[in-house]
Amino acid sequence: MISQARVFEALATVHDPELDEPITSLGFVGSCVVGERGDVDVHLRLPTPQCAPNFAYLMASDAREAVSRVPGVRAVGVVLDDHYTAAEINAAVGAGAGFGAAFPNESAGDLEALRELFQRKALLARQGRVCTMLLEDPAADDAAVVALRVCDLPDHPEVARCLALRRELGLPYEPHAPALVAGDGSPLTAGELALWLRRARLVGLSLESNGGICRSLLRVRHGVPDPTEEVAT
Amino acid sequence: MYETDGEKYFVFDTHLHFWDASPANWVQGAEQYAKGWIECFHAYQSLGPADTHWSLEHFQKYSADDFEKDVYVDGYVDVAVSQPTYLKEWYAKGFNALEQNAELLDRFPGRFMVNGRFDPREGEAGLAQLEADHERYGFKGVKLYTAEWHDGSRGWALTDPAAEPFFAKCEELGIKNIHVHKGPTIWPLDKDSFDVKDVDIAATSHPDLNFVVEHVGLPRIEDFCFMATQEPNVYAGLSVVVGALMHARPRFFAKCMGELLFWVGEDKMMFGSDYAIWEPKWQIEGLVDWDYPDDTFSDFPRWTTAAKKKVLGLNAARLYDVEVPEELQLAEGEGTPATEDDAQLVEGRA
Repeated sequence: MISQARVFEALATVHDPELDEPITSLGFVGSCVVGERGDVDVHLRLPTPQCAPNFAYLMASDAREAVSRVPGVRAVGVVLDDHYTAAEINAAVGAGAGFGAAFPNESAGDLEALRELFQRKALLARQGRVCTMLLEDPAADDAAVVALRVCDLPDHPEVARCLALRRELGLPYEPHAPALVAGDGSPLTAGELALWLRRARLVGLSLESNGGICRSLLRVRHGVPDPTEEVAT
Repeated sequence: MYETDGEKYFVFDTHLHFWDASPANWVQGAEQYAKGWIECFHAYQSLGPADTHWSLEHFQKYSADDFEKDVYVDGYVDVAVSQPTYLKEWYAKGFNALEQNAELLDRFPGRFMVNGRFDPREGEAGLAQLEADHERYGFKGVKLYTAEWHDGSRGWALTDPAAEPFFAKCEELGIKNIHVHKGPTIWPLDKDSFDVKDVDIAATSHPDLNFVVEHVGLPRIEDFCFMATQEPNVYAGLSVVVGALMHARPRFFAKCMGELLFWVGEDKMMFGSDYAIWEPKWQIEGLVDWDYPDDTFSDFPRWTTAAKKKVLGLNAARLYDVEVPEELQLAEGEGTPATEDDAQLVEGRA
């Protein structure tokens, strides 16, 4: 029988595209039941019933796909609970029908452009954290940092996450590629690094503070513990 | 007026409501949305200090007496402007429609204003309604909620061609403050409904109108900041930033304030409590008391007494032509006007 832990591992590969965090650490997986014959039943719950339907759909549909890939899984049911478009989303995700089928006449295309937009924000935020790390070295100035190559980067999970996303977005990630890249894959110049880093930090702050508000609301509404809590509310 | 440490602050609350979300006002067949909406707001309230939390029943419907106590008696507010949210597909009389907010007009003369609204999907009838509303109430601003549902549509954008006659009407009538509030839905649903790019385009096309982006574009504070640096007529409404973050997430709040002061600047930020989600009292006291927690924030602009005075009231008073008593204005030479330096910084690449 497939272990629940194995299914959870698969769910941990699903990110909230808007927050760049796994749905498992965000507390969005309400329940996950593995039946004896390989049937998996996952319930997702979001911080509010009014969370944006497009991101909700992406998470539900990505969750279904991730769990389906676990060897031995026979059937997957992913149900989004307590959401004002739950009926539409659950029906379309269950049928593998796509976002357009969930909201006929309300959608002009699929969600891949939206996903890429947020992947690019995530990449900027991730690279910003790597850049901050690099600048902590007292010997490093802006010119030295922009001259670094991928192969010069430290062995760090944030670096690995950057490179994985660059690969997914079709941006250079090979050992000789620049350690930090602009949105078009070109290297940054020393002159623009300071402002680029300001932007990257702001994007990172946005993703993190949204995640914080989501966690606070989940804690209030569903009693989900919040490991990032700053003050008891 | 709020007075502490020998300083006096004129308080203009740019974002509050007088709503009725009690079950008696829920539209039959849409109860789940009406209930979900107010319960979501109620959860937001819990991000404030525990002694300011209300019961759900009280939160669903509060009285004019409650409003007076919370906003004017305990809340230090000198002048307040209500921002309507209709949601008539869910709430029979509206959630806090213009007429509902206007019930308070006679009670607080000179201290309470209503803003109007429009929805371009209502076409000619909507345009006539805007004109009639303005004739009756003479408001200087409107609140636009782009995620409002209307007749099968789940939202709109400021760039929709149908919105243009409404902006022209606002210019004609002298309705110069356009408060924009983004929500989770819009047409088409596959786009990012929180994107503020449409505000950017509208602000460029209408340089005589002021665009106040409510809750600083959250959850897209970064897009908002990059836009606001470039558009002289785009302002930051601080509602939600203070309420949801100052108490519950002080480190995030400090970072947000630092970024806003850097990118948007103290001349273009305006306090809003978002009452009744959060009471104004603790937000005003907290904002005046607030400073960066440590020296890791040294590369952000300082939160000076002059900045506090502008953000708490003086900036909004200017936009709404409200006279501020002499003793509450900035003293000669107090504070320095914003420079163009920040705006020049944004020509970079992401």
